[in-house]
Amino acid sequence: MNKIKCECGHVNPEGTVLCEACGKPIEENQHIDGNNQKRLLNMRYEGSSRRSLTYNKSIIDKIWRFFSSVKVGVWLIVIALVASTLGTIFPQAIYIPENAASRDPAIYYEDQFGIFGKVYYQLGLYDLYSSWWYMILIALIGISLVICSIDRFVPLRRALKMQKPKRHETFLNRQRLYSVSTNISHEDRHHLKKMLKKLRYRVRNEDGHILAEKGRFSRWGPYVNHIGLIIILIASIFRMSPFLYMEDYVWTREGEQKVIPGTSGEYYIENKEFIIEMYDEDDERFKDAIARMGGRAEKNFQSNVVVYKNTDVSVPGAEPKLEKVKEGQIELNHPLKFDGYALYQSGFQENEFSNMSFKLYETNDPDQKAIENFTVDLASPETEYKFDNGLRVVIDKYYPNYYLDEDYGEPRSESNDPWNPAFVFKVYSPDNESPEISFAGIGRNIDPTGENQYKLGITDFETHDVSGLSVRRDYTLPLFGLGALIFMVGVVQGMYWQHRRIWVHPKGEGILLAAHTNKNWFGIKKDIERMIAGTNLQMVVDQQTTKKNNEIKEDNDE
Amino acid sequence: MRLDNANESKKNRKRNRLIFRLIVLTVLVAAVAYALIMNAKKGNTIYGIGDQAPDFQLQQVNKNNELETIQLSDLEGKGVMLNFWATWCKPCEAEMPYMEELYPKYRDNGIEIVAVSLDSTEPVIHQFIEKYNLTFPILYDNRKEVNDLYKIGPIPSTYFIDEKGEIVEKVEGGLTLDRLEGYFKKIQPETDK
Repeated sequence: MNKIKCECGHVNPEGTVLCEACGKPIEENQHIDGNNQKRLLNMRYEGSSRRSLTYNKSIIDKIWRFFSSVKVGVWLIVIALVASTLGTIFPQAIYIPENAASRDPAIYYEDQFGIFGKVYYQLGLYDLYSSWWYMILIALIGISLVICSIDRFVPLRRALKMQKPKRHETFLNRQRLYSVSTNISHEDRHHLKKMLKKLRYRVRNEDGHILAEKGRFSRWGPYVNHIGLIIILIASIFRMSPFLYMEDYVWTREGEQKVIPGTSGEYYIENKEFIIEMYDEDDERFKDAIARMGGRAEKNFQSNVVVYKNTDVSVPGAEPKLEKVKEGQIELNHPLKFDGYALYQSGFQENEFSNMSFKLYETNDPDQKAIENFTVDLASPETEYKFDNGLRVVIDKYYPNYYLDEDYGEPRSESNDPWNPAFVFKVYSPDNESPEISFAGIGRNIDPTGENQYKLGITDFETHDVSGLSVRRDYTLPLFGLGALIFMVGVVQGMYWQHRRIWVHPKGEGILLAAHTNKNWFGIKKDIERMIAGTNLQMVVDQQTTKKNNEIKEDNDE
Repeated sequence: MRLDNANESKKNRKRNRLIFRLIVLTVLVAAVAYALIMNAKKGNTIYGIGDQAPDFQLQQVNKNNELETIQLSDLEGKGVMLNFWATWCKPCEAEMPYMEELYPKYRDNGIEIVAVSLDSTEPVIHQFIEKYNLTFPILYDNRKEVNDLYKIGPIPSTYFIDEKGEIVEKVEGGLTLDRLEGYFKKIQPETDK
């Protein structure tokens, strides 16, 4: 590889398109930026030598070159977009509804969506976003981002640092904004310089050649932006470590104390109370809206809880030694935080049965007057109720969520939850040898033999609510925040400022004037108008609109 | 002489560039590899085959069995079938008679069955024990600690643990009598074979 020495004396790295110092196009490299076909110079990356385009020796260089291509990066993004879209055709495996006939993806998709569902499952699209190939795709975009940025930032910075006020004539007359003025007086030249300073350009002078520059830092916007993106990617990698990020869910009944999942048995929660507040239906302001909502509009979901710490976690399952850590309330978007964990209000189940009261009465008593009363606590039911008159009621069977099963032909409970409690009672009386059996539940009171002397009836019940809380520990959030902030700084930097440059080139009695900006050409023209007002200088001409055959596209630096 | 120097410095720069690129690529590849490994592990943060079964201690509630509490680590030296179940779960109910059928024989061969119930109340467990006349230890995980420890999803879920406390087999879903006996033979301690 050979360095290229420009006629101005500056030695450029191989692959340079425009001399770093004087801007003269380097003959043999004009094809790289397509300058050979166009009148105007492509100012992208200042015509600097992107190293990836020049070295191609070892395997490392080849890999580097592959990833340094923006074209490759764009294709990776397109592929990732298409892949992501595929994942939205049918619900992902984690969203298979709880009540699906089969939650096994192998069965569910074919069952629900037929042949397409089967193909969807076989292609592994049911768990797309954590599949290895999707992750690799995203990772490749990340790699491309890093390498593209390094590969452009370094030479761009070098070129901007190297640039000299004294530019080659061709560099000027192939700029988009250009004018030639003849017979410019010394006063006008002086005025020019004064005006540039007044317009807050940084003015550099070399033998009468002027480079006025402003807003160079906006050129770093895209790179700052990419640093933000990379931090976000790093944060999402950290998020995979269970120590830095954990998410779980716990259902707690009012009055219940249980372990908080995901905390290795270290923390316990007690749900004191779950509250739903409604908007007042009679309030004039809300009346119509509530009617539209179907007569119910929640204002607040709240759990009042106590968090305990288990000071003896040596053997899980053993009686815990609990110490109160925090007592407080959890509302929507107002989590309870303790020791790095946060509890969010995320669900509820209203009106589970907490206890049921029964009366015992004689079958042939038309008034059904209670002989005895007793209450069954459904959270931890007693199985035997003894009374002074010698009667004894025993719970033979308890079904928290009763239904009559077709297959078994017997009563069963559908789940743990006391949503439809039913009982088989045995009533022992001193008069009878064998107990009487009766079945009681909500709306059910069955005497299987029809000969029972005693009957049981539900007199009362109490209910409680169940609160669903998501448990989260997330140490990566500040990193996401930092990444997003840097991202935004980069966007603002690149969007709201422009890198404007004006070159003044004395030629004999006259002056060549050229200008370049990376965006907002209108703005720089305004600057030039103000600068030359009252002088003999010619206003610059936009060569892009005047030269017919010039089909140069406006290129951004990204 | 000057040409030599120039060549020398060029060589150096070239080498530095290669080293720089190598470092950047290595860091990136390492980050990707880490992400992939973590992602692969995420699916089974639960204990799996080859892992040491984590210890726990729970109340034994089966009146047909003499033990009061069971600590898993105390069963070292025995093969253990650790079964998670609940009374309302049909496939759990289906495999219980098989377990009871094989229990007396394999108990003498150094195998213990530990069935952890995930029910919310104790009476339902007693009803169930009575229905099937179960004699092996039934544990009651009332605070759902062990459930969380093993990250049990759908039940039944069964772990077969060898005499050293290592998980040899993990079965999601119900078992048939033949399969159950096969697994028992697998975890039977050497000395009792």
